[in-house]
Amino acid sequence: MISLFRILLLSGLFCFGRLASAADSLDTIIIDAGVDDPVRIAVVPFRQRVSMTADGKPLYAFDGLQNMSDIIGFDLARSGQFAPLDEGNMLSYPAEHKEVFFRDWRILGVEYLVIGRANFEFNGDVSVSYHLYDIANERQLLSDRVTATRAKWRDIAHHISDVVFEKTTGIRGAFSTKIIYVLAKDAGSPSATFSLELADSDGERARTLFSSHEPILSASWSPDGRQVAYVSFETGRPAIVLQYIESGSRELLTQFPGINSAPVFSPDGRSLAMVLSRDGNPEIYVMNLADRRLRRMTRHHAIDTEPSWTPDGQNLVFTSDRGGKPQIYQLEMSTNFIERLTFQGDYNARARLLPDGRHLIFVHRRNGVFHIAWQDLERDVLRVLTQTSLDESPSLAPNGTMLIYATQDRGKGILAVVSIDGRVKYRLPSSSGDVREPSWSPFIRTLSEG
Amino acid sequence: MTQHWLRSFLLMMLAGLVLAGCTTTSSETEQPQGSDQAQDPPDTAPPEPPPVEKPDYELIDGVLKYRDSPVSQTFLFDYDRAVISPADLSELEKHAAYLNENRDKKVVLEGHCDERGTREYNLALGENRSNAVRGFLISAGVSASQIETVSYGEERPVDPGHSDAAWARNRRAVLIYR
Repeated sequence: MISLFRILLLSGLFCFGRLASAADSLDTIIIDAGVDDPVRIAVVPFRQRVSMTADGKPLYAFDGLQNMSDIIGFDLARSGQFAPLDEGNMLSYPAEHKEVFFRDWRILGVEYLVIGRANFEFNGDVSVSYHLYDIANERQLLSDRVTATRAKWRDIAHHISDVVFEKTTGIRGAFSTKIIYVLAKDAGSPSATFSLELADSDGERARTLFSSHEPILSASWSPDGRQVAYVSFETGRPAIVLQYIESGSRELLTQFPGINSAPVFSPDGRSLAMVLSRDGNPEIYVMNLADRRLRRMTRHHAIDTEPSWTPDGQNLVFTSDRGGKPQIYQLEMSTNFIERLTFQGDYNARARLLPDGRHLIFVHRRNGVFHIAWQDLERDVLRVLTQTSLDESPSLAPNGTMLIYATQDRGKGILAVVSIDGRVKYRLPSSSGDVREPSWSPFIRTLSEG
Repeated sequence: MTQHWLRSFLLMMLAGLVLAGCTTTSSETEQPQGSDQAQDPPDTAPPEPPPVEKPDYELIDGVLKYRDSPVSQTFLFDYDRAVISPADLSELEKHAAYLNENRDKKVVLEGHCDERGTREYNLALGENRSNAVRGFLISAGVSASQIETVSYGEERPVDPGHSDAAWARNRRAVLIYR
């Protein structure tokens, strides 16, 4: 049996790089830093049983599918909170409850153990049962079974990662989320192409939502995860486009003279904040998506741009150079009261609020270099989270623990992720071109069941 | 931003004064027909060779030429600024002169930025740059209906590099004849 596992394991490892190279997927994640004392977890390779037909032929094969344990282990590793045990160091390979011997894991200093089995049902669906154990207390923390179509293979793995993460850290996992980003090929040449890409949060399974020979930027998810608003220059001028992700149907929402940019959905999904310069210079507007009526929110001869909403939907946070340099301001919509939020440094822009509404992330220039910074609004503490340069477009994971941003690596645009405390870091490069303008999805349902 | 605008406006006024002379001379020699010239040349003047029929300004394949030499159509800006360089005013004045004499001609003014700073802010900054050129042309008599502006922010660098030199080339307004 062990040798069979080894083969499956090896094939799983082999698949690892191969799957990542599909079409324009991002390359394999490079983990740069995690927490100092990560939780030691063991994710045992899932036992994959091939169903046989009556005449002894395999009914469905696992060809091309990465072992669930690889996907889960990598999810947990890139969170920076966990150090998954190397499979080669495991003393046993349990796949069901009765095969678990706690001492095998205690010797290795493992705190948590994940085991599971994957089978194909006769209709071709994948059925996965899994268990999570607390080794110190010799306790099973959870046991569940998930069934879904073969196409949902990776979704099942990410779902298990989410459940394990939440059970062990108390924080809702965001591994099942997606990212949207812009892939630019031959950027800076007349033959440049731009495409809006949708991928899993680990960069896998990328697919193109829209492509153009003209620039695309500022993608923003609707809170239900069904639509994306972005800026497209496809008409030769900037226009705001609303696109349904599943059907692909698109609508040109605004195309006024001048700038049409920076669309951001309100937390209730009913409005879209945006920037228009149709009245002479860039101002913040809010569009009611039901009747498409526009309400002008700012009146200033300076640049007002990059709006975002406070989680309660009552205020807009935006960038303005009304004080001479770009800084972040907050507008209380009911009173039109405007307050400046950032005072450290001479370039603070494109802010987003954490789900708690008390902390801000934004682009901050220090010594001429652009970084992503975090600020506690109540205590006025500012922390620079990144050491890279030309950092921009920070977008928060829906659980508020990490953010994805765009940066440069050896002259190439890449995506990178950093935790809100700055300790965990990983990169998502692309061999297909320059990647930029990432936008992390809200929590979305990737499996039909709860 | 008010200061920027004030400054660029003052520069325009100054440039207008300085260039007033040049414009008159160029428009005098510009008359291709030569029929409605108010003053006849004095009799005492020696017989001149027949006037060259070729106009001072020619638009060939989107390139404006003044007396056969191309007029610059790209104007560079300082970092995070949208003020036209005084050195560019004479070239811009030539575009204004051409557009004033050819009311059917239209231009698109593109505003561009270098990659530093956020993309949306740069979209706004690029618009300020194209508007600075637009303001100059309008103050020099060009009709607003002849001008269209579009900001590309940092999305269309002319130099994909990441050096100071590349950034300097990318901070620009580009005048394109339609």
